[in-house]
Amino acid sequence: MSLLTLQKLTVARHGRAVLNGIDLTVTGGEFIGLLGPNGAGKTTLLRAALGLLAHGGHSSLAALPAGERARRAAFMAQGRDIAWPLPVERLVALGRTPHGRSPADAPAVERAIAALGLEPLRHRPATELSGGEQARALIARMLAQETPLLVADEPVAGLDPAAQIKVMQVFAGIAGQGRAVLASLHDLGMAARHCTRLILMDGGRIAADGPPEQVLHAGNLARVFGITAWFAATPQGPVFQPLDILTKELP
Amino acid sequence: MSQRLLLGALSALVLALFAGSVLIGPAGLGPRDEVPALFGRGDDLIAMVMQEIRLPRAILGVLLGASLGLAGAAIQGFLRNPLAEPGLIGTSASAALGAVLAIQTGLAAAMPLGLPLAALAGALVSVLLILLLAGSRGGALPLILAGIAISALAGAATSLVLNLSPNPFAANEIIFWMMGSLADRSMLHVWMTLPFFALGAGLLLACGRGLDALTLGEDTAASMGLRMGRLRLALVIGVAALVGSATAVAGAVGFVGLVVPHLLRRAVGASPSRLLPASALGGAAVVLAADIAVRMLAPGRDLKLGVLTALVGAPFFLHLIWRTRGDGA
Amino acid sequence: MVGRLFRAGCIALGLWLGGAAHAAPPQRVVSMNLCTDQLAMLLAAPGQLVSVSYLAQDPQASTMVEQARAYPANHGLAEEIYRLRPDLVLAGAYTTRATVAMLQRLGVPVAIFPPEADFDGIRGNLRRMGELLGREAEAEAQIAAFDHGLAALMDTPVQRPTAALYYANSYTSGRDSLAGRIVEAAGLHNIAADAGLSGGGVLALEQLVLANPDLLIRGRRYAGRSRAEEVLDHPAVAALAERAGQTGIADQDWVCGTPRVLGAIARLRDARLGLEQGS
Repeated sequence: MSLLTLQKLTVARHGRAVLNGIDLTVTGGEFIGLLGPNGAGKTTLLRAALGLLAHGGHSSLAALPAGERARRAAFMAQGRDIAWPLPVERLVALGRTPHGRSPADAPAVERAIAALGLEPLRHRPATELSGGEQARALIARMLAQETPLLVADEPVAGLDPAAQIKVMQVFAGIAGQGRAVLASLHDLGMAARHCTRLILMDGGRIAADGPPEQVLHAGNLARVFGITAWFAATPQGPVFQPLDILTKELP
Repeated sequence: MSQRLLLGALSALVLALFAGSVLIGPAGLGPRDEVPALFGRGDDLIAMVMQEIRLPRAILGVLLGASLGLAGAAIQGFLRNPLAEPGLIGTSASAALGAVLAIQTGLAAAMPLGLPLAALAGALVSVLLILLLAGSRGGALPLILAGIAISALAGAATSLVLNLSPNPFAANEIIFWMMGSLADRSMLHVWMTLPFFALGAGLLLACGRGLDALTLGEDTAASMGLRMGRLRLALVIGVAALVGSATAVAGAVGFVGLVVPHLLRRAVGASPSRLLPASALGGAAVVLAADIAVRMLAPGRDLKLGVLTALVGAPFFLHLIWRTRGDGA
Repeated sequence: MVGRLFRAGCIALGLWLGGAAHAAPPQRVVSMNLCTDQLAMLLAAPGQLVSVSYLAQDPQASTMVEQARAYPANHGLAEEIYRLRPDLVLAGAYTTRATVAMLQRLGVPVAIFPPEADFDGIRGNLRRMGELLGREAEAEAQIAAFDHGLAALMDTPVQRPTAALYYANSYTSGRDSLAGRIVEAAGLHNIAADAGLSGGGVLALEQLVLANPDLLIRGRRYAGRSRAEEVLDHPAVAALAERAGQTGIADQDWVCGTPRVLGAIARLRDARLGLEQGS
């Protein structure tokens, strides 16, 4: 079942297209890693898809009324804004906002807290946590929204290795339940290992789209990132390691 | 402390201070005369004092304080900035300008709601200007700078209007409009304020969940179904109605909307929605206490309310700036 | 150094001119205070007074508007006063100190009059004005007329009705003020004393209501609007005014101690007699 459909999605800023005719369909069971160098248009794509940015073309989510959209897709923004020293559990409970007040709220919040291992922090003011802890609390907030689709902008940036793996496993688990996750990522190794599908962006367009081993081939890496890498299927699963910067000729 | 317990305690405090405000005055009557007179029994003159002078003063103290506390909490939640406050961002000064214009042009005398409506319009202009200039991502500096500019402009315009008035008393009233006072208001002022208070309080209290969601930023809030445009409209009209109507009858009283939310934020677990009713009650308590204090500290001198709130509030403000600076570094 | 010498010279010149003013009557007198305006207009010889303050021409402040219109008005600024080449400047004790000091530095003799707090003050200021202008005979005639008029208004009522003065900003005047003397001379008992006020001060609205005076004397309204005057319309004041007798006394009647205060005494006395007849 399609959870998000984008057709010819376009965003222009100061007369320049920063997102250029994106076509994309996200279906249940997918954990999609959105890759690309800085400025490739990842954040713009995610925000436009959710209707947070003025855009051309069509997004199935942006077309929905705000309340309905919030029950279909949860979003974690790149900026880790926490304005007030809310206790972690109340911050996580904000994810229940689109659902009104319902008896399902408390168990959903508990599940989210448990999924990110936040039990010891639940009464601490969120603004007093470390950056990584704050990120986990914000991810839990997104989980508590319990939507079919999760959209996250660099969710694992700044997390320690254990927390990164934990978050990627949680997302993979969500995909395993038939829901879907669309997350922009910079760690290609994590993406290669946990995602079911990768989308490689470059200059506001989709440069490659497919399973990890197909997207992360040497040609794409050289063209889009300007790097070389080692990528192999091992008994421990796929392993990807960036190696060197390619020296580019100046244009 | 649970929210219910906190609101109960604050309500009890407001009630006690309300009783104090009604029972304390320069006439030096005893409660044995005052309480029956409040309900129209006993001596006619005392009844007149209690019903026409003390009661409206105490009621207006509650309305003014609740307006400032609630407006302060709401605008802080919306701008996600603990330094936002009706007095500091120029809303009170602009409302005072509107009120002064209504009085000096005769609009206030021509129609019963002319005064609060004009003050509301003044407040509205300043809130819109602040949103335009500082916005909700602007941080503390643009907010405070825009507030200084708007306050200075509105204050100067108020001075100009009062100086040009043919009435010799008008020129000396700048102090009232800048510092505020509840002296010698009547029930007419209460009836004039009440509808705007009801409108503003209703609008702002309904913003609670939206303000909670905004804790995580505009994008996240919008992704949780918050309609930013509607929230902004409700907030602007609500703040303007509360600050405008309160300033129209009592002048600009500063710092209540800053200090009260700050004091109560921890107690409500920092949640903007829970802060709203708590700040309304806290603001009422602070203004009632300040109004009792001006009568006890300097009877006969018409000490202005804003003098007391600024004496307490300004050091608080400096402390907050210090802390905000520390966070930014 | 040069500046200091210059200033010292100016002061010396001023002292010399000041001394000279006593020798021969001044020929170009400028008044820059509402109260000295009116005293000077009462006493000055034709042509002797050159200018009065603009307030003397304001019907809300002055009792001698018509006479004042015959003179060019000044606004109490050192520059415009100096241009008039006065040989005597009349100022009130509250005239801007800086202006007076500047005129004195420029060598202009300035005579400063204290405000009149009672009827003796009125007589004293009349007498002093007469001496300064060389019009002693006119001054004595005015004083005699004033005493005569005052005696005619004085009677000793059996019981003094109570009266309250109530102005903008809840201000009232007690016994040690000219207004208080006028109330007393009219045969009324001023309640300000009961509230512990001897001079002027704020009488809280609720104290006014509880004092329940027989006569409420409100300040007359000025043009335009002010919050200060709003208290005069407070429902509690309105109810009191309905119950008690009431009269208004405009500020010009007693802001300055001139023989014209007799008019104010007469009006208050009439109000008192009206009360006595009513009861």
